[in-house]
Amino acid sequence: MPQQAPNEVIRVCGLGKDYVTAAGPFPALKGVDLTIRRGEFVAIMGPSGSGKSTFMNLLGCLDQPTFGDYFLVGRNVAHLPGDELAKLRNQTIGFVFQGFNLLPRMSLEDNVAMPLVYAHMERASRREKARQMLAKVGLENYAGSLPSRISGGQQQRVAIARALINSPSLILADEPTGNLDSHTSEEIMALFEQLNREGITIVLVTHEADIAAHAKRQVRFLDGLIVSDTLTPSRTTAETETC
Amino acid sequence: MLKAMLGEAWHAMGANRLRTALTMLGMVIGVGSVVLMMAIGQGAQYAVEQTISTMGSNLYVILSGWTQASGVRSGSGYGYTLRVADGEAIAELDDVTYVAPVHQGTRQIVYGAKNWSSVVVGTTPSYLDARAWSLTSGNSFGDSDVRSATRVALIGQTALENLFDPGEDPVGKTIRIGQTPFTIIGTLAAKGQNLDGRDQDDTLIIPLTTAQRKVFGVPFAGSVRAIIVQAASAEAMPAVEKSITALLRQRHRLRDDQDDDFRIRNLAAAADTAAATTRVMSLLLGAIASVSLLVGGIGIMNIMLVSVTERTREIGIRMAIGARQKDILTQFLLEAIMISVTGCLIGLLLGIGGALLVNALTDMVIVISGSSVLVAFAVAAGVGVFFGFYPARKASGLDPIEALRYQ
Repeated sequence: MPQQAPNEVIRVCGLGKDYVTAAGPFPALKGVDLTIRRGEFVAIMGPSGSGKSTFMNLLGCLDQPTFGDYFLVGRNVAHLPGDELAKLRNQTIGFVFQGFNLLPRMSLEDNVAMPLVYAHMERASRREKARQMLAKVGLENYAGSLPSRISGGQQQRVAIARALINSPSLILADEPTGNLDSHTSEEIMALFEQLNREGITIVLVTHEADIAAHAKRQVRFLDGLIVSDTLTPSRTTAETETC
Repeated sequence: MLKAMLGEAWHAMGANRLRTALTMLGMVIGVGSVVLMMAIGQGAQYAVEQTISTMGSNLYVILSGWTQASGVRSGSGYGYTLRVADGEAIAELDDVTYVAPVHQGTRQIVYGAKNWSSVVVGTTPSYLDARAWSLTSGNSFGDSDVRSATRVALIGQTALENLFDPGEDPVGKTIRIGQTPFTIIGTLAAKGQNLDGRDQDDTLIIPLTTAQRKVFGVPFAGSVRAIIVQAASAEAMPAVEKSITALLRQRHRLRDDQDDDFRIRNLAAAADTAAATTRVMSLLLGAIASVSLLVGGIGIMNIMLVSVTERTREIGIRMAIGARQKDILTQFLLEAIMISVTGCLIGLLLGIGGALLVNALTDMVIVISGSSVLVAFAVAAGVGVFFGFYPARKASGLDPIEALRYQ
C-alpha cells in the first residue's frame, strides 16, 4: 500500500472500470492515476464517452471500480460494502448535480437538512444547521419555500448548501452550470471559488472551457485515460504526482 | 431518525391525496367488512348461546316408548312405559343433579272474560331447578303440593299478557284450565324462544299429580310420559346416559333381545349442533370479509410499485446524499404500513359504526369483541408489511447512478 501524505484528499492508482455489455466487457476507464490535495480546485474535462462521468461516479462512491485502488482521505474505499459507501457519501463527499436534484415536495430547509437525517441528527440541530448553510449561500429568507418557487441559480445554491451541510472533505460537482445561463453560471462559479478560498476541496466535471477556467487545475480525459493535467494559467501552483 | 422518516412518510402520503385515499379505501373496506361481519357472526353465536342457556344445560329428556292398540302404534312420548318411580331411581344415580317427571299438553285457559290456549306442564318443583327458571313474583309450589295434588299454577309471561290486563297482579287470582279452577301462586321469568322457535313463556306449570288427575287424565296411576334429567356436567353426560339406559332396562325387566321401551333425547347435543352451525357461519363471514382485506393489500402493493417507479430519481438523490439501502427500505415500508394502518383505523371506525347501525335498525344481536378488533388491526399492519415489502425492496435495490439518471 503506498504511503499517503496527510493532506491528500484523493489518491487514485490504476483505477479502471469495465461495463458489461451484450458485446462483452466495455472498458470505460482504463487505469487512471490522479492525486488531489486538500484545498485544490480541479476541473475534469473531456468529450462525452471519454470516461469522465465514470470517473466521477467512482470518486463519488456511487460505483465500484473493476480494478485499481481509490484512497479517500487516506482510506482505500475501492471495494467497501454498500453501507460503508453510503456513509462516505453522507459524511465525506458533497454532491452538486447538473439538474440540482432537490426534492420538489420539500421545503428548501428540509432539502438542505436531508443528509443530516441519514447522519441521525436531532431535528432541532438539523434545522439550525440548515439555516446556517442557507445563509452561507445567501438564501436565508427562503427556508420555508418549495424548490419550484425559486430560480435555477437559486436552486443550485440550495444544492450547494446541501452538499456543504455535513462539512465534507470534498465537493463533487457534475456539470453544475449545465442548466444555467451564462450570467448565473458565473455567479455559481464565483460561489465555488469563494468556498475553495475557504479551504474546501472541489472537483468539478465540465465540458465548457470557460467554466473550467475557474478551477486551479484542469484534468483532461479521452478514451478512458487522462491525456493532460495542467495548471490553469495565472493560478497558484499545484504539483501533479503519480503513484 | 424514525420520527423523521414517519414525518416523510406522512408527507409522501399527502403529496398525492386522491391516490392515497383510493389506496386506503381498499383497506378501509377490507377492515370495515371484517369487523362488521365478525360482529354479526359473533352476535349470532351469542344469540344462540343465550337461547341454549334458557333451555337449561346438560339436559336429557327421557320419553316413554310407543304403545300399540289394535295394531295402531303411538309415537314416543305418548305411551305410559315410564313411571314416576323410575324418575326417583334415576335421581339416585351418580352425576345426576335434578330429575323432573313431566306431563304436558295444550289446554284452553280461561280468566274472567278472556281465554287463551297455552301449554300446560305438569311436573315437580325440581323442573324449575333443572331449567334454571326463576320467578318474578309469588312462590313456587312444593313437594307437598305434588303429593296432595293442589290446584295451584305458575304462569309464564306470554300467557300472562294474554289473560290479564297490563298492571294486573295475577298472584292469588283464579283461572280455569279446561273446567278445573286453579289459583295462580307465582309468575315465571321470561325465557324467550327455544331452538325450535317455540315461545317458552306461553306456558303454565302445575303439580304433576294435579295435571294427571284433573287436567289430562292418565290410564295408569304412577306412570308418566317424560322425565327431564339434568347431568352434573357436560363431561358426565355420556356416562349418565349409559347408566340411565341400564337402570331403566333393568327396572322394566327387558330381555337382551328386546328393544328399549323408552327414548333418551340429548338436548345438549342439539344445542351443540346449533352452536357449531353459527360458529361455522361466523367463520365463513370472516373468511369472505378477509378476501376484501387481501384485495386491499394488493391495491397497496400496486400503488407502492407505481410510487417507487415515479420516485426513482428521489431514491437516487437520497442514496447520493447518504441513504443506505436499509433507509430506503424502511422509508417505503413505513409508507405502506402507514397507509394500511390509517386505512385500518378508518375501517375500524366504519365497521363499528356499521355494526351499531345494524343493531339500531334491525333486531340482530351485535357483539364487537376487543379480540376481533385487535385481530383486524394486526392483520392490516401485516398486510402493509407483506405487500409493502416487495416494492420497498425494489426501491432499495436500485442502482444510485441509474436512479439519478432516471427522467
